[in-house]
Amino acid sequence: MIPARFDYVRAGSVEEAIALLSEHGDDAKLLAGGHSLLPLMKLRLAQPAMLVDIGPLRSLSYVRDENDYVAVGALTRHHDIATSPVAMSSAPVLAHVAGQIGDPQVRHRGTIGGSIAHGDPASDLPAVLLALGATMVVQGPNGRREIAAADFFVSFFEVALAPDEVLVEIRVPKSAQGQWGFEKLTKRAQDWAIVGAVAVRSSAGVGVGLINMGPVPLRASAVEAAVASGANAVDAAALAAEGTEPSADFNGSVAYRQHVARVLVRRALEKAGV
Amino acid sequence: MKIDMTVNGAAESHDVEARTLLVHYIRDEVGLTGTNVGCDTTSCGACTVLLNGESVKSCTVLAAQAAGDSITTIEGLADDLGQMDRVQQAFQDCHGLQCGFCTPGMVMAVTSLLRENPQPTEADVRLGLEGNLCRCTGYHNIVEAALAASSVPEMRT
Repeated sequence: MIPARFDYVRAGSVEEAIALLSEHGDDAKLLAGGHSLLPLMKLRLAQPAMLVDIGPLRSLSYVRDENDYVAVGALTRHHDIATSPVAMSSAPVLAHVAGQIGDPQVRHRGTIGGSIAHGDPASDLPAVLLALGATMVVQGPNGRREIAAADFFVSFFEVALAPDEVLVEIRVPKSAQGQWGFEKLTKRAQDWAIVGAVAVRSSAGVGVGLINMGPVPLRASAVEAAVASGANAVDAAALAAEGTEPSADFNGSVAYRQHVARVLVRRALEKAGV
Repeated sequence: MKIDMTVNGAAESHDVEARTLLVHYIRDEVGLTGTNVGCDTTSCGACTVLLNGESVKSCTVLAAQAAGDSITTIEGLADDLGQMDRVQQAFQDCHGLQCGFCTPGMVMAVTSLLRENPQPTEADVRLGLEGNLCRCTGYHNIVEAALAASSVPEMRT
């Protein structure tokens, strides 16, 4: 399968990428590792007229300890997050989940920023960033602004980035080893989650994220509220399907997915020490 | 567009469309057909090559993305006299293949795995080969081959 024709430009800087996006508008699409976009282009589900390749911008590939939070450059590959000493010690749930995405080949190419900007509700990282209360830093023609993870995922495969903005950094509140749980149900290795759940205790309290339980990545708000008011893992997890709208497919019905969400949230909460 | 890269140590320069996938650049422009196209959907790993020493699925990388980079394919592992490297030799010794279609990708994936984890456990190997599918062997002898290769010092880089 070959993508439809497009023009390819390699941006030498974030500013150059923004200028190209401003100039070409909806015709242009940013390319990072390409592991979400290229499969869509090969299936002709996406046919951008121009690809602006920012993948080689090494200045956006880092995991840094910034005292209050861990700063992750948007072009940091899953492999580099999974093996980062800073991520492993100060954001262990992020390092763990980055190491569970796809397979080694995918993790050698795919980036955190590409995954987040793609906005796929079945992806693992959005739910983790929601549970952690992360902040996205985006850059546009007028400089940088910050978007809370809770405001970033707008609708099905749509995020809060303007067409001429580039996601440059993800700021992840610190968490400790033994204070998180991640559960993903798949039938085969390397598959997307049929349902997934993550629970993590950070300075903001216990956050719970759900994977593939609706058109956007979700927080299990009812579970979080129950935990905050002292509920144990079993009682809190019973609320995990509240507000979810999973789709039914050959992997399971709506009722099955909601049942699995309650089970996985309980396990994740227990691992997180709730 | 003109795309330059190094393939198995040799400088390559070919004029291709921007939409050319790395696997087609390798097979159709460079003429190295050891790298197979299997599923063409980032699942099976038959097209695995090393990009700057790390395994990637070349059906899901544009040749343009690899411009200026160094690629190693299955043809780049044996030495100039045709002596197979330790991973290839281990696949032969352990009978780590049947039809052979997945084998180039398997060998490249094992090569990358052993660079990141020189002494893997059996579980490490099975997880590390998560991105490579084999429909013949049941994987047992492939895992054996990877473990056998890890006990041999790497002669080449």
